[in-house]
Amino acid sequence: MTGGNGQKPVEERIGVYVCHCGSNIAGMVDVQEVAEWAASRLKHRGVVIGRDYKFMCSSLGQELIEKDIKELGLTRVVVAACSPHLHEKTFRTACERAGLNPYLCELVSIREQVSWVHTDRVAATSKAKAIVSGGVERVIYHAPLQPLRVPIHPATLVVGGGIAGIQAALEIANAGYPVYLVEREPSIGGHMAQFDKTFPTLDCAACILTPRMVEAGTHPNITLLTWSNVEKVEGYVGNFTVTIRKKARKVNTDLCTGCGICQEKCPKKVIDEVYEAGLGYRKAIYTPFAQAVPKYPVIDVENCIYFEKGTCKACEKFCPTNAIDFKQEDELLTVQVGNIILATGYDIFDARKISNYGYGRLANVFTSLEMERMCNAAGPTNGQIVLRDGKTVPKAVGIIHCVGSRDRNYNNYCSVICCMQSLKFAHLVHERTGAVVYNFYIDMRTPFKDYDEFYQRILEEGTLFVRGKVAEVTDAARLPGEEGKLIIQAEDTLAGKQRRIPVDMVILSVGLEPRRDAKEVAKLFGISCSANGWFTERHPKLDPVATMTEGIFIAGCAQGPKDIPASVAQGAAAAARVLGKIQQREIELEPVRASVNQAQCSGCRICNGLCPFNAIAFHEDRMVSEINPALCQGCGTCVAACPAGAISGTGFSNEQILAQIDGLLLLNIGEEAIA
Amino acid sequence: MTNETFEPIIIGFTCNWCSYRAADLAGTSRLKYPPNIRLIRLMCSGRLDPTFVFKALANGADGVLITGCHPGECHYLEQNYKALRRFHLMRRTLKGLGIEPERIKLVWASAAEGVKFAAEAAAFVEEICALGPLQWGKPREEPSHREIEEVPA
Ligand SMILES: Cc1cc2nc3c(=O)[nH]c(=O)nc-3n(C[C@H](O)[C@H](O)[C@H](O)COP(=O)(O)OP(=O)(O)OC[C@H]3O[C@@H](n4cnc5c(N)ncnc54)[C@H](O)[C@@H]3O)c2cc1C
Ligand code: SF4
Ligand code: SF4
Ligand code: FES
Repeated sequence: MTGGNGQKPVEERIGVYVCHCGSNIAGMVDVQEVAEWAASRLKHRGVVIGRDYKFMCSSLGQELIEKDIKELGLTRVVVAACSPHLHEKTFRTACERAGLNPYLCELVSIREQVSWVHTDRVAATSKAKAIVSGGVERVIYHAPLQPLRVPIHPATLVVGGGIAGIQAALEIANAGYPVYLVEREPSIGGHMAQFDKTFPTLDCAACILTPRMVEAGTHPNITLLTWSNVEKVEGYVGNFTVTIRKKARKVNTDLCTGCGICQEKCPKKVIDEVYEAGLGYRKAIYTPFAQAVPKYPVIDVENCIYFEKGTCKACEKFCPTNAIDFKQEDELLTVQVGNIILATGYDIFDARKISNYGYGRLANVFTSLEMERMCNAAGPTNGQIVLRDGKTVPKAVGIIHCVGSRDRNYNNYCSVICCMQSLKFAHLVHERTGAVVYNFYIDMRTPFKDYDEFYQRILEEGTLFVRGKVAEVTDAARLPGEEGKLIIQAEDTLAGKQRRIPVDMVILSVGLEPRRDAKEVAKLFGISCSANGWFTERHPKLDPVATMTEGIFIAGCAQGPKDIPASVAQGAAAAARVLGKIQQREIELEPVRASVNQAQCSGCRICNGLCPFNAIAFHEDRMVSEINPALCQGCGTCVAACPAGAISGTGFSNEQILAQIDGLLLLNIGEEAIA
Repeated sequence: MTNETFEPIIIGFTCNWCSYRAADLAGTSRLKYPPNIRLIRLMCSGRLDPTFVFKALANGADGVLITGCHPGECHYLEQNYKALRRFHLMRRTLKGLGIEPERIKLVWASAAEGVKFAAEAAAFVEEICALGPLQWGKPREEPSHREIEEVPA
């Protein structure tokens, strides 16, 4: 292993450019001194010019560099300015314009890492010199790189058929490109299909969702694969090979007309934990709801009497088109796609975890999702808001916000939609039962368009708001008037006292959580999850639907809690990103990649298992490993691990880093390192 | 070697995605920490070859700060766990060489943790000040306290 430290004869002609950034850098660092120091003390390291300038990133600053490249024949450029995350691209492009390979430019930060964080001008100037010296040593070992070009397959895989996934699929399909939309439930629609009304406009969820579902189901460019799971993903951006398991419906969809007779005749009732949130029933052969897309039912073999006992076949007997096929098997499909959008949504917080709110123990404590089903005219109570007995109309109802959210014991984050959903319930309960409604909130969060107006409206309707965290919901009556009621014990932080409010019904506005299998799904597609478990975006502000893995995008609640408009916007945004790639036909990838020097590779295979992207393949015949540059994302783990030193990384080679260490320690000027 | 005049030199490794951005954020937030730390940007903490650390210490650094994304947040899935394993290995090696393992430190910092980055950097400078200069490879005038206290493993 060779380091910098003068071991490589310096034939380069290096230009050093020190930026004032107005007074941002110049106020704490003697920039002129740094530039002059580099020109004189690092002359033997190839520095032929050192300049300082007020704003290096301005067009005049860039022209200065371009002119020097042309006139002085510079072969390397070091810019000491702000963070490379801001202007690396700017200076690389400037070099390119002047005919220098853009990867022969190194930007070192003396603003974020020096002038803004230090207070002693002398020490800050010394440190800036050391940083410039590190950059000079590193840049000597830079190699000219060419971006990798890969072709983009025009088809796209969308995983999850909630509103976000539907939107993404439609956008791409309408642009004329093929989409595979994979949904694991029997129908697309996601959570939105369970709702009655949607805030803040209170338009009926089915009325706005059903047309979209039908459009997705009938679109000539969309292959809809429901009751299906993605099993394997291979390849890389532009060229993924995806294996999908199409579970056996046990219904021949070529024959089935969706008449529903089988569901009527099936004798086996099952509690529907998914679509009805446990509040209603379905049959063993079922479509989750009447407007399901596709219209074909599935047989839930775990609950089907025939699969359990070998007799029954009522569905088969009554099916007018002979569509029931008990022998139907799972199908494995392999499809080629260029990009993938994950829109797998959320699960709700399990309210049983907060035992003092009594969910699962006290009959008349409901979750928000149960409430949605109850309000829905097609739901288990035909839209009647009643107690668990199915008939008693409540006279007083308590709605508790933030259940499982903004709570250190469960989820620290705000679930975004719970305040609005609680206000929606307050309205619906009020309208349909005339009951007195109490909303218990910690802070009211109604930030988006027309949301606060909705809150004002609910206030005017007479809903009572208690600010404070609910300590307990109990059926233990202590005071007169509490018998047979649920008592909500809460601290009213506005009135500054404890309150006990008796009600007939409690609704828990449970928070949103990552899907229970989010980690496995992330692993399957080679992306990561945040500490809270949501899929991680490439940048929280500037790149919210891309991920660190090229070609994999995320949309909707899979990325974090959000409402329907934001989920739709992300679905469309992810589609736009994919379409951009498809239309380029070919894309350029950053050439920051690892490669194996096959002559040096000992065939130990240590690197094989280390790569998170399975980029390293082993050739049994030649007993050497090889890295697929389109799969490699350049993390460098294999480079650090190879015992034979056979793997090198472009842009982050051992030589580059060791040289930078020596430069930072000022070994290059043979001086006792200065602090 | 009195600690009042001793200004240690510390090499810091950051990953491109979280901890480098934490350092950026410390800057944009104008947080202050001592100027003894000089950073090197790697793509990921998983890139950290132990050679880098030993070379830095052998060539004049008094301490090495290794930083990366929080466990579970590495942008290359879980390469920072590999960094964690290497970190423990390096500490053991240092101990075997008779060098205080505390001269290397591992800190996880997310892109939002500028405050943590600045605080950890400042704390590490103090810790290294307390240990005194390393002077690896230089002849020592007198046995230092660590040779008396630490028994190589
Ligand atoms: C009680 C309640 C009321 C709400 N009311 C409103 C409202 O009135 N207005 C509003 O704007 N927002 C409301 N919201 C928020 C709204 O539900 C979400 O914003 C929206 O549904 C998110 O859509 P999505 O497509 O991201 O996720 P989802 O709706 O969760 O859809 C994800 C889909 O992906 C499928 N899937 C998951 N994993 C996989 C996998 N591995 N493979 C294949 N398929 C998979 C799921 O089966 C599902 O169909 C409410 C939320 C709750 C809990
Ligand atoms: S076989 Fe019987 S139990 Fe099974 S789906 Fe058909 S009707 Fe229902
Ligand atoms: S650098 Fe990282 S991503 Fe690339 S092959 Fe090596 S381990 Fe895989
Ligand atoms: S990218 Fe930060 S530790 Fe891996």
